[in-house]
Amino acid sequence: MRRDETLADYLKQQGISRRGFLKFCAATASMMALPLGATEAIAKALSLAKRPSVIWLSFQECTGCTESLTRSSRPTLESLILDAISLDYHHTLQAASGSAAEEAREYAMQQNKGEYILIVDGSIPVKDDGIYSTIAGITNLQMLKDTAQHAAAIVSVGSCAAFGGIPHANPNPTGAVPVMDIIKDKPIINVPGCPPIPVVITGVLSHYLTYGTIPELDTLKRPLAFFGDTIHDRCYRRPFYDQGKFAKTFDDEGARKGWCLYELGCKGPTTHNACATAKWNGGTSFPIESGHPCLGCSEPDFWDAGGFYQPISTADFDVNKLATTAVVAGAAAGAAFGLYNRHKKSSAEHQHHKTSTDELKE
Amino acid sequence: MSAIELLSWARGPALQFSVAVFIVGILIRVLEIWILGRKKDLSEPKAAGFSAGMRTIFTRSLPPPGMLKYLISGYIFHIGFFVVLFFFVPHILFFKDVLGFAWFGLPNGLIDGITILSLASLLYTLSIRLSDPVRRMLSNFNDYFAWTVTFLPLLTGYLAFHRHITDYTLMLAIHILTVNLLLISFPFTKLTHAVTLFASRWYNGAIAGRKGVKV
Repeated sequence: MRRDETLADYLKQQGISRRGFLKFCAATASMMALPLGATEAIAKALSLAKRPSVIWLSFQECTGCTESLTRSSRPTLESLILDAISLDYHHTLQAASGSAAEEAREYAMQQNKGEYILIVDGSIPVKDDGIYSTIAGITNLQMLKDTAQHAAAIVSVGSCAAFGGIPHANPNPTGAVPVMDIIKDKPIINVPGCPPIPVVITGVLSHYLTYGTIPELDTLKRPLAFFGDTIHDRCYRRPFYDQGKFAKTFDDEGARKGWCLYELGCKGPTTHNACATAKWNGGTSFPIESGHPCLGCSEPDFWDAGGFYQPISTADFDVNKLATTAVVAGAAAGAAFGLYNRHKKSSAEHQHHKTSTDELKE
Repeated sequence: MSAIELLSWARGPALQFSVAVFIVGILIRVLEIWILGRKKDLSEPKAAGFSAGMRTIFTRSLPPPGMLKYLISGYIFHIGFFVVLFFFVPHILFFKDVLGFAWFGLPNGLIDGITILSLASLLYTLSIRLSDPVRRMLSNFNDYFAWTVTFLPLLTGYLAFHRHITDYTLMLAIHILTVNLLLISFPFTKLTHAVTLFASRWYNGAIAGRKGVKV
């Protein structure tokens, strides 16, 4: 897309009809629970939108987030919008490398000072001055601080950028932290997920392009429209939960009948995300629909939040081991207290002075 | 700290500490009583003490005349609490994880109804304690504390299940924290009766029986 082109022109060139475009706008408005008339506003804003500058920084990550957005089996409207917003810098996708790539980033920053959107995926190592991850000799920490300085808003894509993710998992050898722990003075939108749902990202970008503001967020800075409900609340298997029908193993009758996966460790009840409604792979399905429990990947520290196949209601440690130690300690302490009291009792008995009749006569 | 982090802490380190305090505390209380022992009764028994003790365990559960209404609420609460604790599926999964075996669970709707009844009966018993001048005078902080730590897990469990007041994750974390509070308070309040109840009933019955008292 050329710089002077509008988004509408670009989509038209790509063979997207006006009807297809409006459908996308309507779906976005509906996904984000925006009021009636928002479709038109989004359509208008996106049609006129001229290539907003986006700088995409990838830090300690696995490229899964980028893959999720760009490698769908066929180009979706979401991926085209992503193409259209254009990435002035994305070291995984861009052709340039080395100093040429860094120059592109610096150029984009200067040209669009205070206007560009910064997308970050991956966490930032801060231990030992952040030397554990560098790009062109610049630490992730430094690059984030420099690039965030003149950004209009920051979108932390994926659980690593939003909450630290897997690099942040215990014992966190690199001191990995999320973007929001470093940047405090810019609007930050967290779009967690491992990987996040593509439509959530385009939804957030569309909202920004339409209204010039960031959408309503929850306490973890996630857009409420997508992260307001839990997977469990929106799960099509929810009636089985209420009826007490659970799959006990992955191949029993319950599993074949599509019963609730709570007993197999499903984290749906504590996980906020739009998987159950937006779904994956062009609306095909989501993990629970494929018979696998939710891992809770859009929540902070999902990697350390107990076993993936352990039900949420179980203890997050070995109770039996603890109980054995406690029984031994309790028995020893109980015996000690008991014997001490017994000793006190018998010494009281010994000290008890018996009065004789002779003594009374005196 | 986010809700999910609080939940991880509640079902991790906090629960670990509470279970340890619970087990150590209960053992200390029981062993202390047991080891202290009783003076041997050298008198000739007038009747068999053992069977009288066993009978007392049962008869003390029957309502004495005029106390039926209080006891009904007591029954509803105790049975209700037991059923909710041991027959709600997520709770069974907790015990299965610890014990290695499970038992049948009751449908959520039924557990829900029983929870409401248990909560209502607890409120009723509190109202009796507060409205009756004698009971009110006899009650101290420990009585209200024991009532509160018993009431809270039921209430927060109900709120979490229905997603009332706040989001499920946070309420579930609060629910587990109230359970932790209950576990920690258990050995050091009158709640220990759950463990000592039958032994003390038997003991009282056996002493009386041995003396020839009809129990």
